[in-house]
Amino acid sequence: MVGLNKSEFKNPVVNWIDTRLPIFTMMQNEYGAFPTPKNFNYLWNFGALAMINLMIMMVTGVFLAMNYQPNATLAFDSVQHIMRDVNYGWLLRYVHQNGASMFFIVVFVHIFRNMYYGSYKNPRELLWIFGVVLLLLMMATSFMGYVLPWGQMSYWGATVITNLFSAFPVVGDPIVTWLWGGFSVDNPTLNRFFSLHYLLPFVIFGVTFLHVVALHITGSNNPLGIDVKSPQDTLPFHPYYTVKDSVGLCVYLLVFAIFVFFWPNLLGDPNNFIPANPLQTPADIVPEWYFLPFYAILRSVPNKLGGVCLMFGSIAVLFVLPWLDTSPVRSARFRPIFRKLIWLWIVSVGVLGVCGANKPEGIWVVLSRVGTAYYFLHFLVILPILGKLERPLPLPESISRPVIGGGPLPGGAAAKPMEKV
Amino acid sequence: MADTSAAASHGQPGDVTKRDFLKLVAGAGAAIGAAAMAWPLIDSMNPSKDVLAMSSVEVDLTPIAVGQGITLMWRGKPVFVRHRTEQEIKDAEAVQLGQLIDPQADDARVKPGEKQWIVLVGICTHLGCIPTGNKPTEMRGDWGGWFCPCHGSQYDTSGRVRHGPAPANLAVPPYAFESDTKIKIG
Repeated sequence: MVGLNKSEFKNPVVNWIDTRLPIFTMMQNEYGAFPTPKNFNYLWNFGALAMINLMIMMVTGVFLAMNYQPNATLAFDSVQHIMRDVNYGWLLRYVHQNGASMFFIVVFVHIFRNMYYGSYKNPRELLWIFGVVLLLLMMATSFMGYVLPWGQMSYWGATVITNLFSAFPVVGDPIVTWLWGGFSVDNPTLNRFFSLHYLLPFVIFGVTFLHVVALHITGSNNPLGIDVKSPQDTLPFHPYYTVKDSVGLCVYLLVFAIFVFFWPNLLGDPNNFIPANPLQTPADIVPEWYFLPFYAILRSVPNKLGGVCLMFGSIAVLFVLPWLDTSPVRSARFRPIFRKLIWLWIVSVGVLGVCGANKPEGIWVVLSRVGTAYYFLHFLVILPILGKLERPLPLPESISRPVIGGGPLPGGAAAKPMEKV
Repeated sequence: MADTSAAASHGQPGDVTKRDFLKLVAGAGAAIGAAAMAWPLIDSMNPSKDVLAMSSVEVDLTPIAVGQGITLMWRGKPVFVRHRTEQEIKDAEAVQLGQLIDPQADDARVKPGEKQWIVLVGICTHLGCIPTGNKPTEMRGDWGGWFCPCHGSQYDTSGRVRHGPAPANLAVPPYAFESDTKIKIG
C-alpha cells in the first residue's frame, strides 16, 4: 500500500501525522468505531484487564530493576533494601509480586471464558494458539521472576523445576547443566534468569500484539457464540466497551489494592523470607498457587519421565483443543451436556490445585490421580465424542433477537438478514 | 464530535452540556489518578533512605603534619582536611573581600580557635572535578591553595575561588571538633 492516507481528522497536527502514518485512523478504526457484538457480559473484560496487568508488571518491573542486584550474594539483601530503604520500594515490590497473582487470576478467567463460550473454534483457532503461547511465556516469566528474590523457596523452586528436564533420557542431564550454567543453581543461573525475566515481558508484548491483530481480523466471539450477521448486532467499541471495561477495571483495581495494602504476603510463601541456602531444603516445597494444578499432575505419576510428560502435556493439549472439540456450536449455553461437564473439568482443576498444595500422601495421591485422569479425559475423550452425540439447543437467529426480545426461533426457520437502520 | 452531537440534541453550539461536564470531571479524575500512581515510580528514583541517612566520618588529626592535607570519603565525595601553616593562615586572612569572586572571610570558613584546620568538600564548583594541591607535592596554583586540572580554576588557602571559571568557593561540610585532635564530619 504505497500512497498517503486521506486523513479525516480536523486537527491540523493530527491530520499531518495521520496523512503520513495513519496511526490515528487505525486507532479510530480498531478502538473507536470497531464493530463489537452488543451482547458482551463482564467476562469480556478480562482481555483488556490482562493487557493493563502486563503494563503494570512492566512498569513496576523496570523500576524494581533499578534497585535490584542479580547476584547470588546480593540479591536477597537488595530486595530487603527495596522493601526498607527505597522510596515507595515496598509499594513497587508488592504491586509487582501481587501483580503476578492478579495476572494469573485474570488470565485464568480469560481462558475459562474462551472455553465456556467456545471462542477457540473456527475461525479463531490461531487467536487461541497465540493465547496458549502467551500462557507458556507468562509461566516462564513468573517462574524466573520468583527466583530473583533468592529466598529459600526461590532457590529450591528453581532447583526442582530445572531438574524436571533431567527426566529426559540421555539429553536430560546436559540440558540441566546448561540451564544452570554450572553444577547446581547458583550465580550464573540467577544472572540468566534475571536477563530472561527482563526480556520475556517484551516478547509477551509482541505476541499480545499478534493476538490482538488476529482478534481484530476475526472479530470477537460473544456469549451466544453465533456470528455477527448485521450492523444491528454490533456496537462501536468506544464508548460502549471502553466504559464497560472501565467498570471492570475499577473492580479489578479494588481487588488488586486489597491484596497490596492489606494482605501483601497472603499468596507468598514464608520460606522465601529465609535467604537461599544450598545446604538445606525446606520441609515443603510448594510452587506459587497458579502452578499448583500442574504440580499435582506432575506428582500424580510415580514415574519421573511420565510425570514430566503429563505436566507439559496438560498445557500442550490446549494447543489442539480447537480440533479436539468437534461440536460446531460454540457457546455452552446451547450445549446442555457440555455446559455441565465444563464445570466438572473446572472442579478437577480445583481439586488438582488443592492436591498440589498438600503433601503427596494418602488421600491426596488418589485425588490427584483422579483429577489428572479427568483433566485429560475431558480433552481427549469427552470433547471429541460429545460433539458427535450431543443435541444442541436451537441457536438464536441473530445476536439482536434475544437482546431486543423474541428469543430463539424454532430450528430450521429461515434466517432473515437484518436490515441496516 | 461530542460537542456537535450533544449540541444538536441539547442546545445551541457552544453551550456547555452536562455531558461536557461529566467528561471533564472523569478526565480530570483519571489524570489525578495517573499522576498519583506515577509519583511512587518517580520518587523511587530519588536517593533511598540508606543513602539519605546522615553518614558521618570521624577523623584523627594527629598524623597530619603542618602543611600537609589528607583526602577522605564522606557521602561518596572527597573531603580535604588540611593543616595550614602560619603563613597560609595569614595569607588567607589578609585578603580584601572586595577582591574575591565569592566574598567570604576566612573566619567564616574555619572553627574559632582552630584556624590551622581547613575542611573542604574537594569538588570544584565549576564542573565537579577534584582539584589538586592537597599534598604539598601537587600543583597548588598562584594562590597556594588548590588548582583544578580540568579547566584551570584556582583556590586560595581558605578554599576560596580566586581564578575562574569556577563561580563559588569550595564548600565547607558540616563538621565539629570532638576534641583538639579529632573532628566528626557530617
